[in-house]
Amino acid sequence: MSDIEYSFTIDGQQVRFTPGETILQAALKAGIFIPHLCFHPEFRPHGSCKLCTVVVNGRTTAACTTRAMPGQDVYSDKPELNSHRRLLLQMLFVEGNHFCPGCEKSGNCQLQALAYDLEMLNPHFAHFFPKRPVDASHPDAVLDLNRCIMCELCVRASRDVDGKNVFALAGRGLDSHLVVDSKSGKLGDSTFAATDKAASVCPVGAILPKGKGFAVPIGERVYDKESIREKVVGLADTGAEP
Amino acid sequence: MNAIADVDTRSAVRKLRVATTSLGGCCGCHMSFLDIDERIIQLAEHVDFDRCPLTDLKHCGPCDIGIIEGAVCNAENVHVLREFRRNCKVLVALGACAVTGGLPALRNRVDLDDCLTRVYAGRGNGGAVPNDPELPLLLDSVFPINEVVRVDYFVPGCPPPEQAIWKLLSDLIVGHMLRLEDKLIRFD
Amino acid sequence: MSQSVGDDGLPLDQAVESILLRHQRDPACLVQILRELQDRLDYISPRTVQQLAAKLEIPITRVKSTLAFYSFLYDEPRGRYRILFSDNITDRMLGSMALYRHMLNRLKLEPGEVSADGLVSVALTSCTGMCDQGPALLVNNRAVTRLTPERIDEIIGLIRAQVPVSAWPAAYFKVEDNIRRADLLLNTEWVPGAALQTAIERGPHGVLAELKQSNLRGRGGAGFTTGIKWEAARKTPAEARWVVCNADEGEPGTFKDRVLLQSYAGSIFEGMIIAAYTIGAKRGFLYLRGEYTYLLPSLEATLADLRRRNLLGEDICGVEGFDFEIDVHVGAGAYVCGEETALIESLEGKPGRPRIRPPFPVSRGYRDQPTVVNNVETLCKVVEVMLRGGAWYKGQGTRQSTGTKILSVSGDVERPGLYEYPFGVRVAQVLEDAGAIEPRAVQISGASGTCLTRREFGRRIAFEDVPTAGSFMVFGKGRDLFEMAQNFAHFFAHESCGFCTPCRVGTSLVASILDKIGDGHGTEYEMNELAFLSQVIRSASQCGLGQASCNALTDTIQKFRGDYERRLRPIDFEPAFDLDAALGKARAITGRDDSGARLSTRVDIDQ
Repeated sequence: MSDIEYSFTIDGQQVRFTPGETILQAALKAGIFIPHLCFHPEFRPHGSCKLCTVVVNGRTTAACTTRAMPGQDVYSDKPELNSHRRLLLQMLFVEGNHFCPGCEKSGNCQLQALAYDLEMLNPHFAHFFPKRPVDASHPDAVLDLNRCIMCELCVRASRDVDGKNVFALAGRGLDSHLVVDSKSGKLGDSTFAATDKAASVCPVGAILPKGKGFAVPIGERVYDKESIREKVVGLADTGAEP
Repeated sequence: MNAIADVDTRSAVRKLRVATTSLGGCCGCHMSFLDIDERIIQLAEHVDFDRCPLTDLKHCGPCDIGIIEGAVCNAENVHVLREFRRNCKVLVALGACAVTGGLPALRNRVDLDDCLTRVYAGRGNGGAVPNDPELPLLLDSVFPINEVVRVDYFVPGCPPPEQAIWKLLSDLIVGHMLRLEDKLIRFD
Repeated sequence: MSQSVGDDGLPLDQAVESILLRHQRDPACLVQILRELQDRLDYISPRTVQQLAAKLEIPITRVKSTLAFYSFLYDEPRGRYRILFSDNITDRMLGSMALYRHMLNRLKLEPGEVSADGLVSVALTSCTGMCDQGPALLVNNRAVTRLTPERIDEIIGLIRAQVPVSAWPAAYFKVEDNIRRADLLLNTEWVPGAALQTAIERGPHGVLAELKQSNLRGRGGAGFTTGIKWEAARKTPAEARWVVCNADEGEPGTFKDRVLLQSYAGSIFEGMIIAAYTIGAKRGFLYLRGEYTYLLPSLEATLADLRRRNLLGEDICGVEGFDFEIDVHVGAGAYVCGEETALIESLEGKPGRPRIRPPFPVSRGYRDQPTVVNNVETLCKVVEVMLRGGAWYKGQGTRQSTGTKILSVSGDVERPGLYEYPFGVRVAQVLEDAGAIEPRAVQISGASGTCLTRREFGRRIAFEDVPTAGSFMVFGKGRDLFEMAQNFAHFFAHESCGFCTPCRVGTSLVASILDKIGDGHGTEYEMNELAFLSQVIRSASQCGLGQASCNALTDTIQKFRGDYERRLRPIDFEPAFDLDAALGKARAITGRDDSGARLSTRVDIDQ
């Protein structure tokens, strides 16, 4: 089949795809940035954060779980969609306790970087200020649920890559929370190891290595040097793994 | 950056009145404000300062711009914030604490009773929590300022970069809406 | 697990073993296992979680996530008498909140608190499907209807005397059918096997042809064509196929499935058997909502009767190789499980989080095999189509909505109950028949449905005009539609599965903003907030629950704006909370009450 048949447009720009790819996968490969948090190229699309919400042929849908189809007309970088995305980010910020100045992930955090990219100046809504625990029982890692955004990347990494099922999402609605596979419920009593994929996959500062906080000075951190948009698109250009 | 210089100060245009204060904050945002260095002279050509740490006025009068640093932690913060809202045409939340609750809001996960009892335990007076009417009473929870009054603009950061503060003032002085782009938006 | 002999006469370990054995230690039966264990143990302790994980050979996280998802599964003691007041708006209109507060006061309890002696807890739960005979409550998952202050006092007496629920007066638990207008379905007596016999005579292709000709559409609300659904499942190559009856009737204000399950169960099961015959399924489930657990014995009895008649089991009706069995799976309090993919997740023993579609259940459903999920009423309709033929059926109702529809009518009417009409009936007709008392509004199809004003009472119940899953709540003169919207907002915030951001956080934000308005702190600012929030929640949410969660809100803002505006403050902003109350703890700690220890909440007073 010719390329014309395996292509669609995003904001008027033609994008080629391989059958089976989602709109988000095809877009990123083509160097077009669509904001996303729960998507990770090494894992099966999940579709929970909804940051990648786009309009496909007039219908609103998540780009990460929608298959690319020939001739699709996709809108993404539009003021209205970006304002929806900003609102979703604000929801995530007021849902948890995201105190950036005191977070080791600051400067390397995808949630924060997306907020910069989408020019989110404040969390807007009344904060829920939930009381969530910090689990420092593991010798090599700390689990701070105040920062968790329920993307389930750690759940997927532990299950699909590490073969361990250390994490799961439990509860419902705003009571949703991560649980740990150990009798005490503590990370230190689980089979979790610092070398696990689940230890490095968190897009925010919910799972962090111990003893390495603030290792990189301000100005040198990932998103100090380039925006998340530039970084993701740059990786696409070089064909490197993020 | 030079937009502010284009405004002709010799004309009869009235100077803008600006008030600033720190509620539950560390004054770090004010320090960042001072990082505009010599541009403060340029600024003085366009604005008069009402209540602010430089004038040491205790109350804020009618103003064009009110800038609030810090979170709302106690009754006095509420009075000051309301006075600013009443008197200022435009109210700006400056810095992480005013915008999100910031560091003071970390106490929101601790019960106030427990917090005060532990802090004053073994500190003389039988560990009693001070009750002098001169002291402002603490609120059960700490709030960002927009949960207590309506706020017009937000400048995040801990502290906000001095360029962001300069952008805020120069935009407002020339009568623009504030727009902070990616590089000037920092949450830490 | 400590050793104690329970009602079943077995020592505990043996009882647990027998529960596990009955479910063949299959982790897919986790919801059933947890529910049955809880009946025996009162609640699921961390130790039980560990033991269960070990015995089922699954991670502890798997047990924990399922346990924490369902409202009726408890990881801490909830009292020997667990009282849950049904909290639909119709219960509130019948005075449920006064009864609820009365009970809390008399038992000296806070909502959800367990009494110090571990005897009783009192809390709220989502609509229990007794709107025609409310206010209602659940005691240890059994429905008590027609509550009055006297009945509440009697119940308190029974609890204090520690009388087992099984020994409470039977009248408490009486659930009336309240059939007020019967038509095709409710008027027809079930003749066991007659419809199945015609299906067998027609053969699977013949059944599909009849169904397609009848244009039978699903009664659960979405209205998908049943014949097409079945055909898709039949065509998908698979090792096994499944038939599921969705009896998770959770939409607030709906109770027609309750009546069908109570008095027409034979037809429902026969519909399932015809589905199995048509698509080639060997096993099926009826997913019964937890609130209807009291129907389990009668459903099991009907299944036993069907087996005796060789309408279930092996070589059904003498057709060689036509084997089919039905299990009843009881839910545990999760509205979202009415969504078919969430229901399938629940059947597999997991939290009921909707799946990403496609694939649809007809190609990959239960255990990733083709699965037909049909509403209770739809399956009864299948029986009608088989008996009367597709051509005849097509002549009933309207062109796009064939046949009849059962409405669950509640609220401000003289005769609440079931009303069956041919599709196309006008809303005004239903109101007249039910004896509506000066109707101001009708909320059709539940919390996720449409709110109609008087001017719209000429509209018709049909997929092409006002579609409905069956709920029909009437609001008379003087009723406040803001209260309905607020009640529904809390319902959705409570029932959101938590998977996607807009629904998980958005529904709670909407509920808290409505509370702010309800508490008299709202301004036009909040109205604008609601407009933008509802737009994003509707367009970005993963499943129908989130997408429809703001329907009642936007309808009532548009059509009954006055109910909101009279609560709004004529200023531009006010905090959501009481500032003076927020100084309460500090006042108590310091013992101060001077003027500096007080704050006016209202800015205009402060000035």
